[in-house]
Amino acid sequence: MGNEFLPLFYTFNFYLFGLVALACALMFVTRKSPVAAAMWLVGAMFSLAALYVMLDAQFVGAMQVLVYTGAIMVVFLFVVMLLNLGNPGELSDIRGKWGRLVAGFVGLALVAELMALAKSPLDLRLVVPAVTAPPQTGGVIAPIAGPLFKEYLLAFELTSILLLVAIMGAVVLAKKKDAR
Amino acid sequence: MLAESLALSAALFAIGVVGVLTRRNAIIVFMCVELMLNAVNLSFVALSKLYGATGQVFVIFVMTVAAAEAAVGLAIIIAIFRHKQTVNLQNINLLRG
Repeated sequence: MGNEFLPLFYTFNFYLFGLVALACALMFVTRKSPVAAAMWLVGAMFSLAALYVMLDAQFVGAMQVLVYTGAIMVVFLFVVMLLNLGNPGELSDIRGKWGRLVAGFVGLALVAELMALAKSPLDLRLVVPAVTAPPQTGGVIAPIAGPLFKEYLLAFELTSILLLVAIMGAVVLAKKKDAR
Repeated sequence: MLAESLALSAALFAIGVVGVLTRRNAIIVFMCVELMLNAVNLSFVALSKLYGATGQVFVIFVMTVAAAEAAVGLAIIIAIFRHKQTVNLQNINLLRG
């Protein structure tokens, strides 16, 4: 996988999935209904998974599909269903004119700041180096498993505690008070 | 492809910020936060092509934290909905003076 085989095909698909992700994200923030918004977000996450695979991160791409679109978004949709919020008519939750103006300004400022940093004549300029990928040896998962279970072993074990705490916290918070 | 990936990541993050600022539905605000996490993941993966696979390890950690955050956050939303019968952030103003 990579630039060296079929470079035109690679570039075309890269831009295609990038534009699909961008379009899905834009549709996602403008939808009124939470269910429609979640569906567009799933589309954006699938395109991001495709981009991960094209960036030689096949394992992360698979995790993206399994964890994000398969688990997290299902939990979101499940809560929408549980609370019966799928009806878009009663909630017009987008803020008024001033809120939208401020939000658009902040969003544009975020992007413009980055572009200005990339174009700046100063020494602190954001430089995107030319890609000289170190040759990956040992397949797709071994380069991730090495650092994960050596340098970051403590962090890895701490995430298991985090997940345990999150599970118990979610159960305690979502439980009905009078159900004993 | 690195520059394009980073630009796309910045754009997706900005869209997420705009969503957090404009929406009042707590669930959609949460989904916007997920979009921002995804944007950061994209830049991690793009830079891991240059600096080795450690970036992908961090993506795994981000996904774990995102899953935990979604579970706890949605449980809080359910608890608030039981209490106030709404998920509109404007009506959740117990701390307002």
